[in-house]
This record gives sequence, C-alpha cells and structure tokens, in this order.
Amino acid sequence: MREPRLLPAGDSAIVVEFGDTIDPQLNHRVRQFCLSLTSLNVPGIIEAVPTYRSALVQYDPLACTWAELSDLLLKVASGLREVPPQRRRVTVLPTLYGGEKGPDLPYVASYTGLSAEEVIALHSGPAYLVYMLGFTPGYPYMGGLDPKLAVPRLATPRLKTPAGSVGIGGAQTGVYTLATPGGFHIIGHTPVRLFDPDSTAPFLLEAGNFVRFRSVCMEEYLRVEQAVGLGTYKPEVHDE
Amino acid sequence: MNNRTVRVLEPGFFTTVQDRGRLGYRRFGMPSSGAMDMRALDYSNVLLGNEPGSAGLEATLLGPVLEFLEDTWFSVTGDDCEPTLDGKRVPSWHACLGRKGSVLRTGSSGRGARLYIAFGGGVDTPLVMGSRSTYVAARTGGYLGRALRAGDCLPLGEQRLPPGAIKGDLVVPLPEAWQPPSYADLLPLRVVLGPQADRFTSEAICALSSSEYIVTNDSDRMGYRLSGETLKHTSGADIVSDGTVVGSIQVPGHGQPIVLMADCQTTGGYTKIGCVISTDLPLLAQTLPGRAVRFRAVTVDEAISARRQYALNLHSLQAALANQSITRAQNAKHYILTVSGKAHKITVEPI
Repeated sequence: MREPRLLPAGDSAIVVEFGDTIDPQLNHRVRQFCLSLTSLNVPGIIEAVPTYRSALVQYDPLACTWAELSDLLLKVASGLREVPPQRRRVTVLPTLYGGEKGPDLPYVASYTGLSAEEVIALHSGPAYLVYMLGFTPGYPYMGGLDPKLAVPRLATPRLKTPAGSVGIGGAQTGVYTLATPGGFHIIGHTPVRLFDPDSTAPFLLEAGNFVRFRSVCMEEYLRVEQAVGLGTYKPEVHDE
Repeated sequence: MNNRTVRVLEPGFFTTVQDRGRLGYRRFGMPSSGAMDMRALDYSNVLLGNEPGSAGLEATLLGPVLEFLEDTWFSVTGDDCEPTLDGKRVPSWHACLGRKGSVLRTGSSGRGARLYIAFGGGVDTPLVMGSRSTYVAARTGGYLGRALRAGDCLPLGEQRLPPGAIKGDLVVPLPEAWQPPSYADLLPLRVVLGPQADRFTSEAICALSSSEYIVTNDSDRMGYRLSGETLKHTSGADIVSDGTVVGSIQVPGHGQPIVLMADCQTTGGYTKIGCVISTDLPLLAQTLPGRAVRFRAVTVDEAISARRQYALNLHSLQAALANQSITRAQNAKHYILTVSGKAHKITVEPI
C-alpha cells in the first residue's frame, strides 16, 4: 500500500491524502485511518475529518509539533490492514415521492425516459454509501446512484429548497439538511431530520454509513412527520 | 442567585454571540463558527478575567446600543468605535464598569469591520455542541441561533472584579507599557502554501506573494472574496472534494482567491493554494470591502511560532494584570471620611 501524502493546511491542520479519486475502497481506508487515529486519543488532536480521499487532522499547535504528528500519522496509516467492511450500517429514510413534495419527479422521468414508478424503484433500491459529510451540517455525500437516473443540475438553482428534500443532480443523489438554495431536481421528501441542532444526537449519519430510501404513502409519511415533530421518532437502522 | 442580563436597545448591523468556536464537529459538516477576530475576543476576556473562550458579542460594521440591568464589567475591543457610556467616552481595550441602568453605545470607526464586547462572566446562552457561537445559517447556538434584535436580553455568567482592578474602579488602568495589539503588524498576511499549491503555476505562487488583493463586497462570515491578479491553475480548478479549514484560500476556475472564514463549509471541491495562518486572520476579519491586503508565504514552523508568541502575549498581559492587582492594593491608602455626620470609605491610590 502506498504511503499517504502529508500536506499542510495552515498551522492547525494536516491533510493525510490517500488518493484523488472517488472510490469506496479508498474512502474506506480514509475512514479506517480516522477511526484508528481517534481511538488513540492523542492529546492535542482535535478531530480527524474523513473526506472522499483524504483525512483532515485538526490539531492544537501549542500541544503537539508538526514533526511528532507527521510521524504518528504515517505510523497509523502504515498500521492499517486491508480489511473490507464486515457489515453495513443502513439508515432507512421513509420518503414520499412525487406530488407537491417531489415536484421534479415528472421531469426526471421524462428526461431519463423512465416512468415515475421506475424512477422511484431505481432510486429507492440501493443502499448508498455515505462517503463524507459536508456542504451543510449533516449533509451526506452519497455514491451509488444508478447511472440511468443521472440528470444535469437545474440551470437556475431554486432560491430555497426545504430541509428533507430528496434530489438528484448529475450523478449524485442527496438530501437537503437545511433550507438552502439548491440545484438538485427534487423528486421526494423525507420527514426524518438529518440535522437537528437541539437534539442530544444532532447528526443522523456519519461517514461510512449507508442510506436507503423507502417509498412510503402519504399516510405513513404524515405518521413519521408527526413522530419526528414530537421527538418520538426512532430512526430505522439495520446492520446488514 | 445570578441572573444578570444586558438588554439590547439597538442591535447594530449584524451582532451575534461568539466564542472560540465549535470544535470537533467538522466531520459532521458542522462549521466551527466562533469570533472572526479571535484575538480581539481573547483580549477582551483577559481584560475582564473571564475564562478563556468565554462568549462575547461580535458586531459587524455598526455596533449595538446596550443597557445594563445590573452593575456589569465590560470590555470593547476590535475596531475602535469610540464607545460611550451614558454619553461619556470610555476607552476601548479596557475593563470598564457599566452601572445598573447605564447605556453603552458603540458605533463604527469606519476603519475596521468588527468590534467585540465581552462582559464579566461571559454571555451565558446555552452551549450547543460545546459552544455558544452563533451559526445563523443553521439557526444554531448563540441567542436563539440568530443575530440580536432590539429588546433581546442576554443572560450573563457570574462576574468577579477584573484583574488589575481595585474596588472603586470604573475603568481599570492597563499595565504600564502595555499597548493594545496592532493590526498593521499583521500585514502582509502570512500564508502556509498547500494543500494544493502544486496545482498552480509558479507565476501564480509568485503573484500571491507579490500583488495586492482587494476585499470585495461579497465578503462575510463564510468567506472573503478577493479580487486581484488571476491565479492560474496547471490542470484545472476542480478537485475531488477534501477538507477545508478556516483560513483556506480557495481558488475556483476564475482564478480569484476566496479566503474561507469562521462559518465556512467543512469540505470543498476547489483547489486551495494556501491557508492564512490563524494568528493573522484577525486583520482580514477587520478589513473593509474596497481595501487591499497582501500575502506572504511562510513555513509551517514560522506559523506555529507566531501562534506560540500569540499565546505568550496573552499570558504576559494576564500576568501583568495580576501583578497590578497586588501593587495597587498595596499602594492604596484607605480613609474614612465623615461628611455631615455620614461616613464614607475612601481609597486613595497613586496614578
């Protein structure tokens, strides 16, 4: 295995670069590295942020030196074993497709030459790997969208897309975690909150999790929405 | 019981509660937030003897007008906006006492972009993910997750007599020979090159350190968009997204740099030519749109020694203030003065 490149990101962070592609195995290695480093509880290391292909290690420059840290990071990287993930933690997001909550479903269907039902079936089939979180708090960068569902992003982004909107843009699918401007085609909505700052567990997902969308009827959608509002909703999580 | 509050009479242009930021949540896509000019906030806390990292107010362009509902120590730092207390000038970069009912008016100097107001005991809004910093985009932290409005009442923590003060002070004198830190000293802004400096032409690396960049109007707590000599890429501006930090200098395809600031996204898909070092960010945070900044490349070691020096400077002010408390108490003379049969305690101290 190639040694990662260590790159400076200012005076308080080091980028540990394992590669420069989007690849599940590479990403797995990045996450293993972050977990391994975090488990050492090194004083002065604030956190290890996994991304597609590198880890950003934030540290307190008053507590550890660059030289010490570089040695440690390389040692942790070389100690990683190439073990494929044993189990997948899948979080299921009940999603209401189409209608008012998914206004672009007809467009995606016509662009891809599929029926609305086929779009829903293809989109809600796979378990998508969460490569990393970013863009907005709790937002999952997911891979694994069926190439048949790829649709260019909106030429003019919407000024506001409600939180929970499920969309497709390019070869990616995503769920908005905040009401933000957005260029995705919105095909549905999940009442589950991926980010809830006032909760004791503000983030539903972490890098390395999987997400599966489950098509639900209006009745179930409203039931979940109510439970989320009351704070009694328990996320559907399976280890597969 | 402690329920001191300060009331917002006028909020200013954009005033939020900030501390040293939300650390340890970037892997969840949560920006750090925190004071843009961390130095100004750190000093205001030291002047009041607050815990390091206590929360204060950050005001942008135009400061707030506040009414103290109880006697409260405060300190105004950052841009010197010539604050007044009940119409009388009070010094910036000093611990001052606001009496119950008195009104602190801050404004704008037109020179800097941000001023900071700390209070004895700190602003005591709830901790969210370990921080009181406001992240307005996600309505998180601070005072109800938003900028202050007229009528808001901010809860304050328990205060004590500021270091260097003796009873009866309304303004605590600064230790001899101590000057508020200079912003001009931070120019040019020091930059550590990387992580994608190798994706730029050598002319671009040179231009970054040799030409001026103007801060544009499109500059806020998320990032400062600069305009100046184009920084050319060798093989395109896009990368497979990686992590960002506060200070990252991101360069999209147009070749104009964007310096990511406190509320920036945690990941990004543009090349980053370098990163402004943490000790120099206060100057950028204070630079108004239309003004120029320059950069200078330094090594990581240089950046880290600047950071150590920063910590030493804070400590030396702390030590000098603690020392001042002792000498002033020793030198002070106490008398009891009786006027028309009424006794008054009087302290006389040398100036």
